[in-house]
Amino acid sequence: MLDIEIDGKQVQVPPGSTIMDAARALGAYIPHFCYHKKLSIAANCRMCLVQVEKAPKPLPACATPAANGMKVFTHSELAVKAQKGVMEFLLINHPLDCPICDQGGECQLQDLSVGYGGTASRYREAKHVVVAKDVGPLISMREMSRCIHCTRCVRFGQEIAGVMELGMANRNVHSEILTFVGRSVDSELSGNMIDLCPVGALTSKPFRYSARSWELSRRGSVSPHDSLGTNLIVQVKNGRVMRVLPRENEEINECWISDKDRFSYEALNSAERLQKPMVRVDGALREVEWNVALDYVAHALKDVAGKHGAGSLAALASPHSTAEELYLLRKLMRAMGSGNVDFRPRRSDFSSDGKRAGIPWLGLRIAEIQNLSAALVVGGFLRKDHPLFAQRLRQLARKAGKVSVVSVTGDESLIDLHARISVAPRNLARALAGVLKAAATRLGAAVPAGLETVEPCAQAQAIAESLTTGGKKAIFLGNVAEQVDQAGQLHALAADLSRLTGASLGFIGEAANSVGGYVAGALPGGEGLDGLNAREMFARPRKAYLLLGVEPEFDCANPREAVAAIKQADFVAVMTPFRDGAAMDYADALLPLAAFTETSGTYVNTEGRVQSVSGVCRPPGEARPGWKVLRVLGNTLALPGFDHESSEAVRDEFIPAGAPFAENLDNGVDLPLAPLPAASAGGLERIADVPIHFADALARRARALQKTRDAAEPVARIHPETLDRLGVAAGERVRVRQGPGEAVLTARADALVPPDCVRVAAAHATTASLGGMFGPIDVERA
Amino acid sequence: MGSMKEIFGSLLLKELLKGLSVTGRHLFARKITVQYPEEKTPQGFRFRGLHALRRYPGGEERCIACKLCEAACPAMAITIESAEREDGSRRTTRYDIDWNKCIFCGFCEEACPVDAIVETRLFEYHGEKQSDLYYTKPMLLANGDRYETQIAADRELDSKYR
Repeated sequence: MLDIEIDGKQVQVPPGSTIMDAARALGAYIPHFCYHKKLSIAANCRMCLVQVEKAPKPLPACATPAANGMKVFTHSELAVKAQKGVMEFLLINHPLDCPICDQGGECQLQDLSVGYGGTASRYREAKHVVVAKDVGPLISMREMSRCIHCTRCVRFGQEIAGVMELGMANRNVHSEILTFVGRSVDSELSGNMIDLCPVGALTSKPFRYSARSWELSRRGSVSPHDSLGTNLIVQVKNGRVMRVLPRENEEINECWISDKDRFSYEALNSAERLQKPMVRVDGALREVEWNVALDYVAHALKDVAGKHGAGSLAALASPHSTAEELYLLRKLMRAMGSGNVDFRPRRSDFSSDGKRAGIPWLGLRIAEIQNLSAALVVGGFLRKDHPLFAQRLRQLARKAGKVSVVSVTGDESLIDLHARISVAPRNLARALAGVLKAAATRLGAAVPAGLETVEPCAQAQAIAESLTTGGKKAIFLGNVAEQVDQAGQLHALAADLSRLTGASLGFIGEAANSVGGYVAGALPGGEGLDGLNAREMFARPRKAYLLLGVEPEFDCANPREAVAAIKQADFVAVMTPFRDGAAMDYADALLPLAAFTETSGTYVNTEGRVQSVSGVCRPPGEARPGWKVLRVLGNTLALPGFDHESSEAVRDEFIPAGAPFAENLDNGVDLPLAPLPAASAGGLERIADVPIHFADALARRARALQKTRDAAEPVARIHPETLDRLGVAAGERVRVRQGPGEAVLTARADALVPPDCVRVAAAHATTASLGGMFGPIDVERA
Repeated sequence: MGSMKEIFGSLLLKELLKGLSVTGRHLFARKITVQYPEEKTPQGFRFRGLHALRRYPGGEERCIACKLCEAACPAMAITIESAEREDGSRRTTRYDIDWNKCIFCGFCEEACPVDAIVETRLFEYHGEKQSDLYYTKPMLLANGDRYETQIAADRELDSKYR
């Protein structure tokens, strides 16, 4: 440890620390712009100049290594003179019209100029003007004259996001932040540049000019989108969510949030919010009072249960719902005598149900990822499914951790990968088996039965090598690994591989409550009841459906089958925050639901962390929190045990009060290895990704997100060789067909898609009429 | 001794005469009563009367929606909503002053970086109901248009002290 003295106070810092680190440890503030704790050191703003004893000139605190016995003065005459000089230079080309600037009130330059700026500018010459740029729907670069060239945005792109979306061109007074010609800045983490920019050069486009920071109240919340449980600050003005910022939590999201977390709030303020309950009268939906709607739903459910038996009722919830909603939905269905409840609409293989040792989870704490020596991600569009999880792995790879991917496409993960295998979905299990066999051979263990015919490829050998050497290792099963038909088999293979190599096994999880749903028990069957899972309840159509926040046409593994089953049902009740979906066609009752900022509730993230949040603003119109609706529906049905006074009371029924982490987390599975499917099916196979901004009901309705590149209309991506074989030219319109369902899309040649596969995105209106996300598909020229 | 003086003083009606002398002096002095509304007292150029929103000579509104007046207002009488106009500039979509709340302190005027919100010399106003005293952006702009000559002249007079 080094002893260093700052402004007369002693502090000890580890070797390799800078003066800035020491000052932060001490709580002393040194003014700075380009320094950021998560980014590399640039030392180009020079604002952090401090006086160091025996040094003839002031030194930049962010770039000067601390030395033993060093004496630093941050507010001495010399230091302040240097800082004031730097400030005067920074303000030479910076416009002095703070009242117009959107950053006004939360601007580091504005704040520091109060302390270090002059009362008036001595600069009389012409100021440098930088032309505005249009860089897409998320970030506004209209006022690039305000840039002070700290390069935080550039370093963020290179180091955190993994893609250099912005760069600095030219030199000296002509230097300017630019994108590559014509490119927009809307990768899945770009929004963080808005927070990083210390001035008003990069600002949020949807928020632009709509409010001032001092008008907004800051309220804590948790993201309802991906499984990370990102901590958010929701900023509210007059009961309206104005913007969303990250809430720093080193153990989960550090200081970043994904663009989906940041901009999805626009959907909350959309004109399409359902504000009043509606019931279908004579074929048309009419607005009614809550008591009428609830009576109607209760009677209809009772009628159906009386006529066809309780087993004819089915309930499906979105995994983005709060744990309380999931728990009460399950409780309601069980109390009515039906076990047909599920919250995993995108799954198609449920063979591991009842065979699991506990609740599937990440297998380790999120913060432990940085200490791994190797990680293997199986099946998933890592970067788009889990932007911040991918960021953790990116940092791991930067620190020489070996990150490998076995997946269905060769999508750029922006991670420096150790090895990668891209195979057709049906061959995922075979590829993983290859890794397992290679690992077994390397360790001299017996090759598990059934894998004799598997030939590990060179990449599989490389992955096996990374998993059998080094320190802590982890295997993660991504979204695709849970969604494909061989999900159970992949789980069993990964469990074997984990047992063999000592690597931890985990599921990244698709949604905010992918673990929470298990904790709440929103699963089929149980308590002596038989239950149909999310696939069976549509494959064997029921008479009544209760849908909680889920949009089957986008969220189900097989949307065509789901919608057909729902349309034939006698009664469909939909609890949703929105009034613009297909639900308007098939719902017999629509109950307006409070969306994520408007309801209190609990999210259990992928590492099992229990995060309860309060509502931060009122729901619009007569929309009500889901737990209240279900609770009163329980009362209306005269069911016992629905007398909760708060969402906390609901939570305490299934999570012990005050527990920081969920219990019974275990990824073990007692599933025999099924024979591997044949390597080729002889036909084309569909690969369906869930595009990042179509993954849930909120993101689908966020205007700015829907204008990004990631929200482009789906195309049929096919390997060039397969495209040749089909006799289709890239750019032509093709008709893709799955059973009776079909869609007309543009064909695109994409060498990242394995041969004999067609990548057609799910969760989009143009592909909602197709069948399963993975499986045979036909392509012909339209 | 003091009490004797008091007794003589009161017997000779000294206090009464003293008082009457004031009355007498004013009876013949120059009258200062202002016959309002026919006559009016002079006003300073910093008079703080009703508010107005000003425009530039070209017709463009001055207000840039910085919201500093809203933040400075101690009576919370100002409500502003802002948005980006088609030309990309920052503009208010709503600018309301509730004169029921306003205490005419002039902080808004002081906070304004572009001399958009000003207080005019106008103090004769009434409303028959509360809502009559709730002024919206078009009404404030109309005030500005109407009194611009006077407003501009007053700013000119004040400019050397700013």
